[in-house]
Amino acid sequence: MDIQTLVFFFLSAILIFAGLRVITARNPVHAALHLILAFFTCGGIWALLQAEFLAIAIILVYVGAVMVLFLFVVMMLDINIDRIREGFWNYLPLGAILGLLMVMEMGLVLGSKYFHVPAADVLVPVGISNTKSIGILMFTDFVYPFELASLILLVGMIAAIVLTHRGPKKSKYTNPNQQVFVKAKDRIRVLQMPVEKD
Amino acid sequence: MLTLTLSHFLILGAIIFAISVVGIFLNRKNLLVLLMTIELMLLAVNMNFVAFSHYLGDLSGQIFVFFILTVAAAESAIGLAILIVLFRNLKSIHVDDLGSLKG
Repeated sequence: MDIQTLVFFFLSAILIFAGLRVITARNPVHAALHLILAFFTCGGIWALLQAEFLAIAIILVYVGAVMVLFLFVVMMLDINIDRIREGFWNYLPLGAILGLLMVMEMGLVLGSKYFHVPAADVLVPVGISNTKSIGILMFTDFVYPFELASLILLVGMIAAIVLTHRGPKKSKYTNPNQQVFVKAKDRIRVLQMPVEKD
Repeated sequence: MLTLTLSHFLILGAIIFAISVVGIFLNRKNLLVLLMTIELMLLAVNMNFVAFSHYLGDLSGQIFVFFILTVAAAESAIGLAILIVLFRNLKSIHVDDLGSLKG
């Protein structure tokens, strides 16, 4: 067993453990932290597949942005854990059977000796990095999808702002125009009262 | 001698996908963890894309992963914004409290 295989099995064990903890953790904060671990480990596995750009991108985008957003929201919301966890184990038998079935099916198809894809000789030519070749491809063949992706991000940003914006704050402000033209009778009122005798 | 093949990565992706499906079953009362399991599902899909891209020698798969990352980031941002609005209106994100459209 060469070192690559060893690293792969080590990382995938961590990834599967982190995934299991995400779905079973009692506290949503723990789930989010284990999801961060899962993304980080996945970055390692992608680096093993010579996809350095994506390995860095998933750590920067997911761990750096998306999961921090998740953690913020988890900590902002006041969650009743006991109420959310009720009926947690009711669906475990059905869910576990379904999940095992899915893994078994895919294992049967993908693990057989007839499923064989020969490895490509050299994915990236010597002297050109993975990032550079992705950049070249992205700005030539995929330039319109790339622009569309930026549009999607813009729409997402605007939607998030519109949804959570509370509108302008009503503050107590004074109108200088009214202040200048104020008359004495606007401010003070003289009442005529009958004199009370004791 | 055990060397890495495409099957290893595809089976790992299938395991992650199955874990997230089971997670949707278990955490159907918890919207936050539901969003997280969807992210985990997208991760499994991305794993398949990267593995195929490596073993077939075609970089288009990695470009697609890049676009999926973009869409997933926008999706989670909007999903979390909806969760916050929900919490502001209902003071809870429990799924049972969301039945106002039920007849």
